Amino acid sequence: MDFNDTQEEAKFRKEAYEWLKANASLKEGPKDGWRAASEEEGLKEVKVWQKKLHEDGWACMHWPKAYGGRESTPIERVIWGQEVSKFKVPGGYLEIGQGMAGPVMMMYATEEQKERYLPPLATGEEIWCQLFSEPAAGSDVAGIKTKAELDGDTWTINGQKVWTSGAHFSDYGILVTRSDPSVPKHKGLTFFFVDMKSPGIEVKPIKQISGGANFNEVYFTDVKIPDSQRLGAVGDGWKVSLTTLMNERLAVGDASGPDFEEAFTLARGQDLNGKLAIENDAVREKLADWYCQQSGLKFAKYRNISALSRGETPGPQSSITKIVSGNKLQEVANFGLDILDSAGIIRSDEDGAEQSMYQYGFYGAAGIRIAGGTDEILKNIISEQVLGMPQDMRADKGIPFNEIPSGNK
Amino acid sequence: MNFEFSADQMQLKDIARKFLEKEETVKRARTILEGEESYDKDLWSQVAEMGFTATVIPEEYGGLGLGYLELCVIAEELGRSLAPTPFSSSVYLATESILQFGSDSLKQINLPSLASGEKIGAFAHTESTTSPTEENISCEFKDGSLNGSKIAVTDGDVADFFIVSAKSGSEVGLFLVESSSDGVEVTSQPTLDPSRSHAAISFKNAKAETLDSGWSNITTLLDRAAVLFSFEQLGGAEACMNMAKEYAMGRYAFGRSIASFQAIKHKLADMYIAVELARSNCYYGAWALSTDAPELPTAAATCRVSASQAYHECSKENIQTHGGMGFTWEFDCHLYYRRCRQLAANIGSQSIWKDKLISSLERANQI
Repeated sequence: MDFNDTQEEAKFRKEAYEWLKANASLKEGPKDGWRAASEEEGLKEVKVWQKKLHEDGWACMHWPKAYGGRESTPIERVIWGQEVSKFKVPGGYLEIGQGMAGPVMMMYATEEQKERYLPPLATGEEIWCQLFSEPAAGSDVAGIKTKAELDGDTWTINGQKVWTSGAHFSDYGILVTRSDPSVPKHKGLTFFFVDMKSPGIEVKPIKQISGGANFNEVYFTDVKIPDSQRLGAVGDGWKVSLTTLMNERLAVGDASGPDFEEAFTLARGQDLNGKLAIENDAVREKLADWYCQQSGLKFAKYRNISALSRGETPGPQSSITKIVSGNKLQEVANFGLDILDSAGIIRSDEDGAEQSMYQYGFYGAAGIRIAGGTDEILKNIISEQVLGMPQDMRADKGIPFNEIPSGNK
Repeated sequence: MNFEFSADQMQLKDIARKFLEKEETVKRARTILEGEESYDKDLWSQVAEMGFTATVIPEEYGGLGLGYLELCVIAEELGRSLAPTPFSSSVYLATESILQFGSDSLKQINLPSLASGEKIGAFAHTESTTSPTEENISCEFKDGSLNGSKIAVTDGDVADFFIVSAKSGSEVGLFLVESSSDGVEVTSQPTLDPSRSHAAISFKNAKAETLDSGWSNITTLLDRAAVLFSFEQLGGAEACMNMAKEYAMGRYAFGRSIASFQAIKHKLADMYIAVELARSNCYYGAWALSTDAPELPTAAATCRVSASQAYHECSKENIQTHGGMGFTWEFDCHLYYRRCRQLAANIGSQSIWKDKLISSLERANQI
């Protein structure tokens, strides 16, 4: 049992580190990292960085070389991720396209389409979004209603999508629609990719509890999509969606924000009732709990990496990451603000202000526990797919979609 | 990265599991719980015959000379199977004390018979409801003999010798006292887990031998043992999770398997989360123990806290999943519930280990 690289891994790590060293600057501390002045600036910087990655063979590393990838092994991707986390490099914007749209295009698009659409995803020239959730279909995503009707070779799309991250700056989107409401829920879906500049698409930002607006409502009014942009057979949309949902669950990992280290440092410097907070037993107990959770996730990840290093498929232990880290973040953020007493309520625009980080975590955690599969859905997945327990009884099983009760929310 | 047990170690684990299953150790635990015997002598001699008691003892002292990773996988299976033997006292605490802090002559005298299971050792540390500290230990060693008393000594009624914490001058250290010595009085104490026996012991001018000691050595002993106890707790936790799942799958209510209800599924998912966190932390402990890493105090406390939490979660929710049947004497749920509490208390409470964890992080500033 050890944490060492194999010879090959060490060689790859060195290569990755040296390239990064030559092209980016190292972080100066745990809180240091890349920040953009605005979303527009960030997008520009990400595109420049991605182009550089692509030129030197570090983009979409596991993709075929023909589409701009490197044909890397899973362990090489992990090592790259570990090395890149030491540097201040731009990030965000491209994950949905590369992590979710890419794989589905790889699996279902024609060769000609792959050659057209995959390379610009790898170079960062084109950005994609995912048009799945709807106002009445969140956890029950197969319950979407956006209508797709075929006339000749052209589909007409009408309906509304929601929580679409990045729709406002995306060039293309992957879209799941209902093509036949007269058959049971999972059977009448059809999957497409769509040009986000198409006439009839309207994107409206949604203001989040943090005040920011990272995602949107997307309205479709008589939007035309050629049948050639259908992915998978008519009525097979659920199967195609599962490809991306599985990738989403792998992509949404650790909650980012204040963790044990920040809470520990805060407690060691902050007075609480006349002595340092760290001397308070209740504080120590909480810190110990978070440390154990953080450590458990870290070493579960190491177990996964070990499996990858041996060329095996990792066990299901990573399925717990988002639940544990999202809830931990919410508690740590609440603790941080509580320790700051009434001052924790005050907003500060000063960069690096102690309470800002905890306030950000306080808002963010509420979203992380929902995004990419709620805690409740993830617990269903653990109990069904890991422990082999049966599905809950469903009131909509076998019933034509247009006869399923839908309530009024 | 190779943060896994080796194929050989996993094979040893499998051998241990199959052997313990064949011996129907859960039934044996119930027999001890209900009967007069303090432990299962037949099982103990078989465990010793398998070489489990000799695992980390060097070959020159009659042991197998294997490593701590091997002992960790055995511990997990002993915990899973509720084996009613004095293994933890004799191996994780008494054998370890002598291996780490005993003179060569103490090793010569004791290790071969500990390896063969002929001798059983126990650790006598607790004196009252207050957790033992360097300041409050009142047992005292002076001029070769020991005075004072201890309570809740696991396997104290069957041990051939005790490793006793006591003060000597200005220091607290470890001392070895034979249970047959004059001035040693052993009184069995009834406990909440009668599948594991406990005793109160008083020493009146009892002859004692000094181990290489100091309070820091007691801390080290407990850290090392904590990793092994954690593996027992992990095995027990996983056994409870599996029991709860099996019962829920077969139990029908409202016309369906209760395993299809989200209330039960989410309960099981919570158990799974606790077990996976504990397993990953136990691996960290195993790594630190087997490599003598400077992180041992942090790793030991982390896995101890995590495994205690997992076993608590799984053993109580296993009863809950079983409903009324889980509360009966007849079902095995309570055997795990009892053992969970016994193991959680054995080398210090949850609050103490949480405090140790934060203290070790403060010392190391290793975050």
